[in-house]
Amino acid sequence: MIPSLAATSNGNGAEPPPVEASRLAENVMFFARTLRAAGLPIGPGRVIDALRAIEAVGIGTREDLYWTLHAVFVNRRDQQPLYDQAFHIFWRNPQLLEKMLQTMLPSIAVPRDEPEKGEEMLRRLAEALAGRQIERPGEEPEEKVEFDAAMTFSARELLQGMDFEKMSNAEMDEARRMIAAMRLPIMQLPTRRFFPDRHGRRVDIRATLRASLRGGGTILLQYKRKRRRHPPLVVLCDISGSMSRYSRMMLHFMHAITNDRDRVHCFLFGTRLNNITRALRQRDVDVALAKVAAKVEDWSGGTRIGGCIAEFNAVWSRRVLGQGAVVLLITDGLDREGAHGLADEMERLHKSCRRLIWLNPLLRFEGYEPKAQGAQAILPHVDDFRPVHNLESIAELGAVLSRQPQRRLEAAGSYAELMAGRGGD
Amino acid sequence: MTSNIAKTAKDRATTAGKPLPQNVDETLALLKSGDYVADRSLATALFLALKLGRPLFLEGEAGVGKTEIAKVLSNTLGRRLLRLQCYEGLDIASAAYEWNYSRQMIEIRLAEAAGAANRDALASDIYAERFLIKRPLLQALEEQAGGAPVLLIDELDRTDEPFEAYLLEILADYQITIPELGTIKSAVPPIVVVTSNRTREIHDALKRRCFYYWVDYPSAERELEILKVKAPEVGPALAREVVAFVQRLRQQDLFKLPGVAETIDWAEALIQLDKVALDPQGIDDTLGVLLKYQDDIAKIKGSEAAHLLQQVKAELAAAPR
Repeated sequence: MIPSLAATSNGNGAEPPPVEASRLAENVMFFARTLRAAGLPIGPGRVIDALRAIEAVGIGTREDLYWTLHAVFVNRRDQQPLYDQAFHIFWRNPQLLEKMLQTMLPSIAVPRDEPEKGEEMLRRLAEALAGRQIERPGEEPEEKVEFDAAMTFSARELLQGMDFEKMSNAEMDEARRMIAAMRLPIMQLPTRRFFPDRHGRRVDIRATLRASLRGGGTILLQYKRKRRRHPPLVVLCDISGSMSRYSRMMLHFMHAITNDRDRVHCFLFGTRLNNITRALRQRDVDVALAKVAAKVEDWSGGTRIGGCIAEFNAVWSRRVLGQGAVVLLITDGLDREGAHGLADEMERLHKSCRRLIWLNPLLRFEGYEPKAQGAQAILPHVDDFRPVHNLESIAELGAVLSRQPQRRLEAAGSYAELMAGRGGD
Repeated sequence: MTSNIAKTAKDRATTAGKPLPQNVDETLALLKSGDYVADRSLATALFLALKLGRPLFLEGEAGVGKTEIAKVLSNTLGRRLLRLQCYEGLDIASAAYEWNYSRQMIEIRLAEAAGAANRDALASDIYAERFLIKRPLLQALEEQAGGAPVLLIDELDRTDEPFEAYLLEILADYQITIPELGTIKSAVPPIVVVTSNRTREIHDALKRRCFYYWVDYPSAERELEILKVKAPEVGPALAREVVAFVQRLRQQDLFKLPGVAETIDWAEALIQLDKVALDPQGIDDTLGVLLKYQDDIAKIKGSEAAHLLQQVKAELAAAPR
């Protein structure tokens, strides 16, 4: 039974006394704020909806309240576990929140059935509960400096140039947020579909006829134009030991682009090749990464770049490179097997995609020469060659992708250009 | 070729409106009568699709006989075959229907000249069925003389997602909605066969409406049978060698394995070159019929081919005739 509702639960949905009603409204509002802080998109309009819904359903059992609020606050399946936990914590005892704020370390039993997901969710929920000062009427709101507000422009600048390797946890979080907010433009290609456009070059006869019927027989020409869309994107990311510092960040990057557009396919490779596209389609980043972690078994092991690219060519290339895809290959080119057979496989990969871009985190080191055999084998077969070790380089990548490329760019030339244009970072 | 057409036309006349098979054995027999040697698993999937009126979704490598199934169905059942060859950017105008704009324009002008100023009447006139140009998808929903037609949607993976989404309504309810006319629904659902080479993954929502079957490379026995039916002029000894060689080739690490179509082509090519048995030189000269990638040919040509041939000869010598 919910304490604050105990007095009003008469079971038939009669009007509760105004004092209690206001108490309920307050609690619902706090509950909504808690959910919002935990990452659910809930605006003030939803809170009003929730109150109306409770009024319509009437205040009956706890279960009724649960599903009433569920109907209003949850609109995606992956929000459900978070809502579930928040509800049980919050409505068990709304005063609990205040206690939590004091202790900052909630100790709540995690549901046994989904430990990974539960813990991750709970951490976020705990952050939401702990990181918010709940304003009760009559109390002075305590000043809490928001992290975002504290990030001044210069701090952001600093973060942009900072290597992923050297970031603290808080900085990592901020970087992840920035990656998630980033849009990766890719050059648009004309398709064979049309959309109405007054300045188009072609006559849209079907629309013209309809217009002329409306106009009573005078034929008014309507025009259309070719629709443009970006080509599919395939990401091949190395998760071997030498890349381990970057792989989590790269996963966040992949999650962001997968949820930003359609036709993105992501693969991880170390000793084996894994297709993680479906796991990344989860909108919630924590759930998605937990799924990926469960699927992939060779984190931070050795690398068989040649073998994995060969597997990709044999099994996946026809299935995901069919419509002129752009390929991002994220690896440092350090191969355990001495790059055996890598050159041939790279050549095949290069010839079966629209554009192949190699992203290499090691490029940030002054004087890094791609001397490793793996790198030597990859270099002749890429159209572009980029560092990817901090936010700035990922943002630059966006610029590169949106530019119409010269196909078969001499990678060596672009490498020299890159070396010449790079200051000390 | 002409005799073939005449034959099918005659078959049509005799089998027009032939009833659908009632069990898996009958389905197998039906395919066999159309010179298609099928696995029992394929016949089962096909029988279910026919019985329950669902589309059959065939996925597999190029050249394993996916399209052939639809052709054989239309021939043996005496139904009309409507083929929709997919390509990127295929739209409703070329797949389902289009209005005959020029005739409509003339109609408007005539109405004006006659002084008919009733706009609504004109609109309903112009969007009448006689101005509709029907494309394969719409034709498939129409009454046909010999029974419901066979609709072959070939290589669906070449289209883009919007077209796939458009197909959902057609494959689920066998109806097409034309904004100006309303919904056209078929009295008898067509027999639908969808094929895909898997150059991209088809969406789950579409697969859910179909019976799925992965058409694999045939076993040695079945391939031999296919060769007997499709290339009867190939002698039994050569046929056995050809099949054994191709089967071994499929175990190699190649980029594109030869399909059944390649086996038949190769056997016919060898006949044209007056071969009665395989020899290394002959294989090297005709390898381009089997393998379509330079890397694959370079890998097999010469010593590898000779080595495989040795194995084949040894295997056939050991096998009871």
